[in-house]
Formats: sequence, structure tokens, C-alpha cells
Amino acid sequence: MRIYLDYNATAKPASGVAEAVAHALAEAFGNASSVHAYGQQAKAIVDDARGDVAALIGASPAEIVFTSGGTESDNAAIRGAAEALAPAGRRHLITTAIEHEAVLQTMRAMARAGWRLTVLPVDASGVVDPAALAGAISAETALVSVMHANNEVGTIQPVAELAAIARAHGALVHTDAVQSAGKIPVSVAALGVDLLSVSGHKFGAPKGVGALWIRRGVRLVPFMTGGRQERNRRAGTENVPAIAGLGVAARRARTVVEAGTATMAALRDRLEHGILAAVPDAAVNGRADARVPNTTNISFDGVEAESLLIALDLEGIAVSTGSACSSGTLEASHVLSAMGLPAPRTRNSLRFSLGPGTTADEIDAVLAALPRLVARLRSLGRTAAALR
Amino acid sequence: MRVVVAMSGGVDSSVAAALLAEAGHEVIGLSMQLYDQRDAPGAFGSCCSLDDLQDARRVAHALGLPHYLVNFEREFRETVTRNFVSEYAAGRTPIPCVHCNADLKFSRLLTRAEGLGAAAVATGHYARVRRDEAAGRFRLLRGRDAAKDQSYFLFTLTQDQLAHAVFPVGELTKPEVRATAARLGLRVADKPDSHEICFVPDGDAAGFVERHLPEPARTGPIVDEAGREVGRHGGVHRLTVGQRRGLGLATGRPMYVLRLEPDQARVVVGPRESLGARDLVATDVNWIAGPPPDGPRRCTARIRHRHVDAPATVVAEPPHTAVVRFDEAQVAITPGQAVVFYDGDEVLGGGWIAGGADTAR
Repeated sequence: MRIYLDYNATAKPASGVAEAVAHALAEAFGNASSVHAYGQQAKAIVDDARGDVAALIGASPAEIVFTSGGTESDNAAIRGAAEALAPAGRRHLITTAIEHEAVLQTMRAMARAGWRLTVLPVDASGVVDPAALAGAISAETALVSVMHANNEVGTIQPVAELAAIARAHGALVHTDAVQSAGKIPVSVAALGVDLLSVSGHKFGAPKGVGALWIRRGVRLVPFMTGGRQERNRRAGTENVPAIAGLGVAARRARTVVEAGTATMAALRDRLEHGILAAVPDAAVNGRADARVPNTTNISFDGVEAESLLIALDLEGIAVSTGSACSSGTLEASHVLSAMGLPAPRTRNSLRFSLGPGTTADEIDAVLAALPRLVARLRSLGRTAAALR
Repeated sequence: MRVVVAMSGGVDSSVAAALLAEAGHEVIGLSMQLYDQRDAPGAFGSCCSLDDLQDARRVAHALGLPHYLVNFEREFRETVTRNFVSEYAAGRTPIPCVHCNADLKFSRLLTRAEGLGAAAVATGHYARVRRDEAAGRFRLLRGRDAAKDQSYFLFTLTQDQLAHAVFPVGELTKPEVRATAARLGLRVADKPDSHEICFVPDGDAAGFVERHLPEPARTGPIVDEAGREVGRHGGVHRLTVGQRRGLGLATGRPMYVLRLEPDQARVVVGPRESLGARDLVATDVNWIAGPPPDGPRRCTARIRHRHVDAPATVVAEPPHTAVVRFDEAQVAITPGQAVVFYDGDEVLGGGWIAGGADTAR
């Protein structure tokens, strides 16, 4: 049995997605900008998908811009807002220490280009203190970007509260909702933000497609220049097959979210409680409440997470040491470091992330294998230490 | 048997993995990431560059083997790199590969392997291990391909390490290894051998040492055997015993580095005939074949990788020192290099060259 518990890296395609992609690729191959019937057929697919994505986040379809994914959405939001507001004297950007690299690195690039940057700290559970934002923001702040749910520990940020502070100072608010959209209810109105990033493949769409929600009336400077697609907001021929898949996935995800997250949370808790009960010296990173229901991040004292990940994979169990983008080199997780975890513990941490297909049998199989693998790694760790 | 193969992306470790898989073992490929390479140019032909790691991954995939990158950047810094820098700064010429084998591959990586339930670590070294049932010991032998033999780089391995070491290509010649790779259609079949020090892809060891030294290296005089200054040098780490080029001397005849004296930041040079010596003292000696010999032991001894081992007599001075006297003078006995003792194909043991017969001990 192969068990996939790395849904925060990417999700299995939702049912119907592959068929929608194949249909758009083979049958509706027209350019969505073309006038003729082929173009209209493609355009209809894009329009339908736009409606489905808008419905997932409580937005209006006209506010949705399709992108190549979460990273492009984050870039478009941050660069676009910064450029748009700079002439008005707003050249200050605010973000948090636990953002995804797509936000953090873009912010740092803007800082190198002359914008002032404030990176807000988080507490031990990975949450930003609204008072810290209130202390940092000013009339020069162009944009505040705070992620909705964290990819490594799952913590949900008080985005609405933060957004209220930002808006009171006339700043735009962006949230990276890549890890929350499709997992928990996401409403742009309730969050009170201006810009919201979505990545398709995190909830069952193909890779290479996502969306940026831009509140009606908010003007960004497009960072890609070219044709007039997406109402002049994103140049480039629409990726119709991927957008078709995104639409289907958004529809499925909405059903999943509306059905409630209790089942998913119960499975995650079964895993988490089972691990804490069966494995000595294991601890959860982050917080038990205010967390997406599919994620848990656990430290195993004295165990190199890199080795445990490999040992689990050899048993057919796929997990992750954190962000998939950085685990190729296994640097200390910037998220866990920002939460104040000591460096050794950041190297002892594994992320388990569940998806709609995860079953109780799979969780129990993980619980059956994990204590043995941890014990083996620990026994050798002690032997090796004693030898040296 | 579940076995981990340390896959560098070269043809030797690729074939090692393939042979073990063919023999029915459950092979796990691990590639060690040893230093941050994101900003480094793709160094062609050196070990373990990003291109090499990609080769390792693709070979493992072609063979149907699970393959993982393990991050040993910290361990590599703490063992291999640090030693490399301090040895050069101390006027010695280090062999980082020996430390990489002993302190990473057959230490940290072996621990990782055991943590994964593997019984052994295999590498692409040209060397052989034999179990001597009668003596209850593991014996280390030269690789069958005399031209490629790498037993010299393995002399520090303990009995416990040898018990968990597998060298699948040790019974093959390099042409046979390449033929095997070609037979299996491995993409690395014709990949050039690596020669440089992997973490110094540009070959500028002195520059690497300078970037890692806590303070700038001391410059000093170059003197002849009579103590007369004949030139200046930019730091003892830039030089090695036996070196002739790059000294910038305007003497009438070719002069060679005879000795590095880091305490005085002084370099002693002399004519080629002064490079020869019969005696050396070795420290941290590891006796593989058995306990240290009582009394003089006849053997052949090798003083660097590219040296043909020469007849010598070694006297062990327990616990960890040995005195070696060659039958005939050897050229450029270099502190920091290893001296390895052989009886025919068998490695009796070896140690680190501390200096000549006058070395304090």
C-alpha cells in the first residue's frame, strides 16, 4: 500500500479534472481570444472556470485573473501593488516571517529595488500579533501581505483583523491563500482583503495554473506585459486546458469544503494523537486550534527528519520535511525558526498533510510503521554518538 | 540484503549500484550534498557537482532504484573542509578524500544507512574487502585494476567500518566497469573520471584555503639549505613539498620545496637531489591486518596516491606511531600525505606522514 500524506506539496487530481483537461486540449483547442467558433468554444471553458473559482472564494467572476500558479499570483499582487502605489508616495511593504518563499523572495527583491520592507515576527505558535502590524504600518505603506494558512504548520493567521488595521491606514492587503483555498471556507469579503492568491494544484487542479483575485476597483501595474488577455491584467494566451481543470477542481473543492472539515480534522487528530501516544519525545509544532484541518507538523527529538522521511518512503509513506521547494537542500525551515524553535528541532520535524482521499486505514498504517522507524533511527543515533 | 550505495553520479558508483541490484540486493541510492552549490558554476568533471547529483538521480531512476539526496553540508564543513584548511595552514598537504571516506561515507552515511535498515554502505572504490574467517578479521586489498587502485584512500577504515563496506567494482578493471555501464545503457558510461578535489572545482586550493582562514596567511622568506633568503612566498599553504613551479626564484638551477616551516612562515628549497629521503615518521597509524607488529615488519610503502609502493621496513611505536625506513631514498616525502603499508595486495595499515626521521614524537 502506498500512502500519500503530502497534500500541502500537491494534491491528487480531483475526479473529472483529467477528463476536462483532455477535452480542452484535444477538442477545444481554439485560442480563447479568437473571434471564431473555435475561440468561442475555448472562451466558454475559461468563462465557466472563472465562475467556479470565484464561487470557491466568494468573489465575483470579473475579479478573477488566471495565472500560472501561486507564485505568479503572489508576484503579480506584490509587484503590481507596489508599482501602482509608489507614485503616491507609498514605498513601504509589510509581510511576515513565515510567508512562502514566493512572497518572501518577491518582497526582498522589492527591498533591493528601493522599497522599504518590514517583516513581522510571529509567536511560538506561528501567529502574527496585530499589535506588531499596528506598530509598523504608516501612511507610506503600500501593501501588507499576510498568508492565510501556513504551508508547513497549517496555522491560520488573523487576516481579517490585520486587514482592518491595514485598510485604516489606506494600505492594500494581500493574502496568499494557497494553503487554505479548497481546504477551509475562504471568503474574500470576510477576510477584508484586496488581493488573494490561489494555486490550483493544491486542491486537485493541474500544476501550472492558479488565480489572483483582485478586488473590483483595485488597480495593479501588470508585471508581465504583452497582449490584452484577462482584461489587460495578465498578458499571454490563456492556458485553456489547465484552466478547464482548475474549474472542475474548484467545483469539487467547494463541495468538499461545504460538506465540512470535521472528517478531515478527525483523521488528522487520529494521526497526531496516535503519534504522540506511540512515539516518545515527539511534539507538535504550531497550535492545535486555528489550523487547517489537514496539516500537522511534528518534531521527533534526536531523529534527523531527512532520514525519517526516507525510511517512511521506503515503506511507501510519502511525507515532507516542510516546504517542498526547500527540502531539496534541507535548510532549517524559516517557518519553524521564526517560531523560535532551536535549530536541531527544525531538523527533526516532519510535515504530514492529508487530503480528501486519505482513509483511516492509511492513518493506522502510518501509526503502525512510524514508532518502529523512529526507534531504529534513535538507537543508531545513540550508538553513533557513543562511538565518537 | 538492503544496502545503501553512495552514488556520486560517476560511472564507478553507478555501476556499483547496478551490480548490487543485479545480484538481487535491495539497493537504496543516496547522494551526499556536501556544500552549497546553488551559486556555483556547473563544474564539469569534478565529483558531486549539481550536474553529478542529477546524473546520480537519473541513473538510479533508470535502474529502478529509490534515490535520495542527503544533506551533509554541515558535517562536510566540520570534518573535511576544516581539516583541509588547517592542514594547509600548518604547512602540510592534506588528502580530503581520506577524511570523506572515513568521516562521512563510512561514518555518518553508514549511520544513516543503518537507520534505514541497510546492512552496508557500498561505494565505487577500486578496492576489495575479504573476510578472514580464521583470523576473525576483515582484510582490505587493492582493487584488481592496479592502475585504478584506491585502497590508499581507505587506510583509516576500522574493522567495524570494513565489516559494513562493500566495493562492488573492486574486482573489475576500469574498462570492465565502463563496459558494464554501456551494457546496461547507463548514461554515465563514457563520463570522464574526476580528478580534482570536488569542493575546489577551479583547482585553486590556495584560494579556497585563503577564503576559509580566520586571518590572512603570513608571507615569508624562501631560503636555501644554507639559510640564505632566495625569495619570498605568499603563505606556506600555497606550497607543497616537491613543488618546483610557481616559486618565482631566479636561481641558476631548478629549486624544489624541501620543507615548510609554518611557525617561522619559512620555506626551505634545494636541488632535486635534496628531495630524497629514506625515513619518515607516521602518526595516527591504523593497523588493519592485525595488531601492530612486534618488531620490524618488511612491507612495501606508498607515500602518495600516485607513488609506486617501495620496499621498506616499518617499526610500530604503540600506541599510534610508526617509523618507516625505505630501502632506497624516496622523492618528496610530504607531511600531511598518508603512508600506507602493503604486503602484496593487502593493506597492512597506514598513517599520516608527520615528517622525516628527526620529527619530534
